[in-house]
Amino acid sequence: MQDFIELFFNLDIMAQTLPLLLKGFWVTLQLCAVVIGLGLAGGLALAVAALSPSRWLRWSAIGFIDFFRALPPLVLLVFVFSGLPFAGLELSPFMAVVVAFLLNNSAYYAEVFRAGLRSVPGGQAEAARATGLSPTQTLASVVLPQAVRNVLPDLLSNTVEVVKLTSLASVVSLSELLYAANMARSVTYNSSPLVLAALIYLALLWPLVRLISRYQRGLAAH
Amino acid sequence: MVKPPVLEIAGLEKRFGDTVVLKNINLKVREGELVFVIGPSGSGKSTMLRCCNRLEEPTSGAILVEDAKITDIARRDLDKMRMKVGMVFQGFHLYPHMSVLRNVMLAQIKALKRPKDEAETRARDMLERVGLSEKADAMPSDLSGGQQQRVAIARALALDPKVMLFDEPTSALDPELVGSVLKVMKDLRREGMTMLVVSHEMAFAREAADRVIFMDGGLVVEHGSPEQIFGDPQTDRLKAFLSRVSQGAE
Ligand SMILES: Nc1ncnc2c1ncn2[C@@H]1O[C@H](COP(=O)(O)OP(=O)(O)O)[C@@H](O)[C@H]1O
Ligand SMILES: [Mg+2]
Repeated sequence: MQDFIELFFNLDIMAQTLPLLLKGFWVTLQLCAVVIGLGLAGGLALAVAALSPSRWLRWSAIGFIDFFRALPPLVLLVFVFSGLPFAGLELSPFMAVVVAFLLNNSAYYAEVFRAGLRSVPGGQAEAARATGLSPTQTLASVVLPQAVRNVLPDLLSNTVEVVKLTSLASVVSLSELLYAANMARSVTYNSSPLVLAALIYLALLWPLVRLISRYQRGLAAH
Repeated sequence: MVKPPVLEIAGLEKRFGDTVVLKNINLKVREGELVFVIGPSGSGKSTMLRCCNRLEEPTSGAILVEDAKITDIARRDLDKMRMKVGMVFQGFHLYPHMSVLRNVMLAQIKALKRPKDEAETRARDMLERVGLSEKADAMPSDLSGGQQQRVAIARALALDPKVMLFDEPTSALDPELVGSVLKVMKDLRREGMTMLVVSHEMAFAREAADRVIFMDGGLVVEHGSPEQIFGDPQTDRLKAFLSRVSQGAE
């Protein structure tokens, strides 16, 4: 028992490696901000394209969404980081993660947005257009707010997944939280830094997960 | 003296694929007139209204609002034109995520580019006009169907339209709520609004319409004063339609 605590919950080691982990956590937060922002924007654009009256645009968007949803994100990341340099395109670890995540996240967010946009009755856009709103104004002021409200739990769940997936960045040596924790483990020969990293992830995500399930209960009660 | 037409439909034809839905429709609605459109379901009434603001693209023919030829406007310039043609739908289509006041302000701000305070004043005036001043801060879901439809009318009126199109504005309402909407429409008519109304409220047509049009199969089959259309129908189709309506079958 003493060994177990010593190996996994060594407070001295945790305190000692905390600054390193916090640095990693800061990178994780930056990474999240960028990939969530880009993923939301890309996902919305793809969803709008996937519902476009233009057949060409619609099929391209649906093809893109299907392809990147089917491709494992780790495969994509390794390809972008280690595969593309053979074609002369060398990206920093951060940029490689951003590119891979933009492709992967956009596809997932697009599916959520698409369901949301389809859940808004057609009469809403029609009424807006009939009062002279442009297509963009109609989307921004009338359709999108209702769409987002209708799929908010899915948007949040997807965002939780994205945050968790940022730990994949450790594979390309980006010094985010997991990478920093693993470094700390190899230096201290102790697993406590990994436990600490897990606790930091939990502290970040647990409130979100709680919120989602409360929201879903709320919807079910309606 | 004959007033000039505010809305003119000339040789309008509409097809969906191979189906011809409107055939050579010709109609003038003059300033301050209320023209009433009746006809069985599927006869093309909604499609005709929707062509008037190009929610539906006419296959051929012309639509004119005052001097502007709606059918010649480039698609990207349609938005300005649409404000001149107010439209009220059977299903109200209020924006559920905005207060009643915001519903009436939105297009004024976004499409007409009115300053916010001006838009709000105008919105409150229009809500008063439809008898709903005290509901400005309510959400649409808190209103009865009749109240929602009156807000939808206020939303269209706030843009100073030249003509108002009504597509079965009372068909989705419980019978006891129909009267409040019809009253607003009568007030509008008295104030001189030009209106084209698709509806099954025959009593309202007798009382308020200047002219009545009977459509069937995408054609205008009869056209005349309410007395002529209801009192002296000429065609078998109109006679059959009127008797079905009086038995409550339409
Ligand atoms: N978007 C559409 N695509 C194909 N057919 C349509 C469409 N809209 C309407 N129609 C057809 O056009 C005809 C007239 O419809 P509509 O104008 O709604 O009639 P009404 O309002 O008189 O009931 C109907 O046969 C309907 O099925
Ligand atoms: Mg109809």
